[in-house]
Amino acid sequence: MTATTTSARSDLSEVGRSEATLRTFLHGLPGVDQVGAEQRAAMLGTRSIKTTAKAWAIDLAIRMVDLTTLEGADTPGKVRALAAKALRPDPADPSCPAVAALCVYPTMVPVAAAALWGAASGSGRPTADGSRMGLLGEPIDDGGPAIGRPPAGGATRVHLASVATAFPSGQAPLEIRLADTRAAVAGGADEIDMVISRGAFLSGRYQQVYDEIVAVKAACGDAHLKVILETGELATYDNVRRASWLAMLAGADFIKTSTGKVPVAATLPVTLVMLEAVRDFRAATGRQVGVKPAGGIKTTKDAVKYLVLVNETAGEDWLHPDWFRFGASSLLNDLLMQRTKLTTGVYSGPDYFTLD
Amino acid sequence: MSDGGGMVDGGGGGRPERVDVRKTYKLFIGGKFPRSESGRSYPVQNSNVALASRKDVRDAVLAARAAVKGWSGTTAYNRGQVLYRVAEMLEGRRDQFVGLGVPAAEVDDAIDRWVWYAGWSDKITQVYGNANPVAGPYFNLSAPEPTGVVGVLAPAEPALLGLVSVVAPAIVTGNTVVVLVADTSPLPAITLSEVLATSDLPGGVVNLLTGRPTETGSWLAGHMDVNALDLTGVTDPGFGTELERAAAGNLKRVLRPPAEPVDWAADPGIGRMTAFLETKTVWHPKGV
Repeated sequence: MTATTTSARSDLSEVGRSEATLRTFLHGLPGVDQVGAEQRAAMLGTRSIKTTAKAWAIDLAIRMVDLTTLEGADTPGKVRALAAKALRPDPADPSCPAVAALCVYPTMVPVAAAALWGAASGSGRPTADGSRMGLLGEPIDDGGPAIGRPPAGGATRVHLASVATAFPSGQAPLEIRLADTRAAVAGGADEIDMVISRGAFLSGRYQQVYDEIVAVKAACGDAHLKVILETGELATYDNVRRASWLAMLAGADFIKTSTGKVPVAATLPVTLVMLEAVRDFRAATGRQVGVKPAGGIKTTKDAVKYLVLVNETAGEDWLHPDWFRFGASSLLNDLLMQRTKLTTGVYSGPDYFTLD
Repeated sequence: MSDGGGMVDGGGGGRPERVDVRKTYKLFIGGKFPRSESGRSYPVQNSNVALASRKDVRDAVLAARAAVKGWSGTTAYNRGQVLYRVAEMLEGRRDQFVGLGVPAAEVDDAIDRWVWYAGWSDKITQVYGNANPVAGPYFNLSAPEPTGVVGVLAPAEPALLGLVSVVAPAIVTGNTVVVLVADTSPLPAITLSEVLATSDLPGGVVNLLTGRPTETGSWLAGHMDVNALDLTGVTDPGFGTELERAAAGNLKRVLRPPAEPVDWAADPGIGRMTAFLETKTVWHPKGV
């Protein structure tokens, strides 16, 4: 285990005080052993996960998926269809868990909120008068209509995430990015995925990035904040480690690898570096931060490799949808096909799952 | 050359007796020659032949599925040309097939059979399609279309002619195939895959898996992304029933094992082509 901070439980509250303290702290982090990180990630990727362990991993991975659609061509109909899939990924199998969250653009948040939570905790559909009924038409009374707001709790609660802050580039004036965030939260999003200003970070203006994250965090209110580092543009693992610490110091609830809009998305070594950072951040401050690799994770085999990495790097505490997520769209269908293979004993085909 | 290294001296001529290079063959999936995922092989005629596992079946179906769009999307004329080119290359390997123990007459029959099916590619639509008379100002057309991915259990005998006679009719209409080669005589099939790999046939249209069909057959028959199943090579009725039952899961089109021994040299007719065609009915208003 490589500790990435020199002093455990040190007081980090003063680090964000000025450009100088931030720079001193971030550049004081030990460098990442590039070869070592890549070797370790590759080695952990060779673990063989079979039978019951595989079934468990597949169900956990499904529960960790942030089902994502971030296209210019997204329509309300597509978002509604995806919301239905998020609540019940495999309609043929009631034992299949729901995904962790639906992730959409801010303009689609109201549509997604109505589709996810207008239905009673995921198992009902709205009726004309705002009350709800179950699949068999029985009325559901759990405290009045819930259209546009998340239900109080329940096993099938699916979060609603929205990208904000001029996703994916982040190149807009701060006021516009904050307004973007507020709009998404007001629309019903309970998780916000923000992008950092890579331009500012790469030119060494850490204070600016820090202040922006703090401001967006304030604009989020109760919503969880995921900070996208866009590791494909950060060039080095050292930068990934610094950006991870910077985001966590500024108050991120999650650190996320990528937007999925640049050629290099989530990789195992980058996720390894970020998992080390959250592990050491908890050791130093006592606060646990989640990790979300996003982009390029398409197969069950990939997803299981990430789960092994989580278990071996950050530890079992992170093997939960509250602390680890997959930003993906096509991954879910592969997970469902593998799951169906395990339950039915025959290989499944893509024709039996929805297109998305 | 001095014989100091323990080599076998073959007959005093100074030239050591040559030890044959024993070949280890691999599978043919998606136009490539991967090793079996299981790493297993079994000996046949002084060489090692790969023993496919269920995961190789899965990979082959993936490759076959990926190839459907491109192969069925080419023109029938173009498919005919590609298949004819394969026949030309089979002709070039004639001696190699004979060297594997395939009778020369069978090799010739197999090449002729391939040419015969290649010629059908742009004719089957005229023969099997139709313009149906209907009471209304419409054209009503029946157009044959490929089924998709066809799983084939190839007959053990005759090794080459039997294989060609089940593979060519399935692919000529635009299907792609995953073939489980009979375990008793895989070498002609492997040589055929070497021909196909160097021809113009797109990767994934034909996938040849050596090994034991009794082991992998049920995985292919049950696979939900396979559209049709050709059980011509099945000789055990119980095994055939088991595969048919597995195929029922997604209503695969099944060509059942032959009730009587097949005369492979006889004119095959168009039955093997039409077995893997679906008929699409199209209406079109007249005068528009």
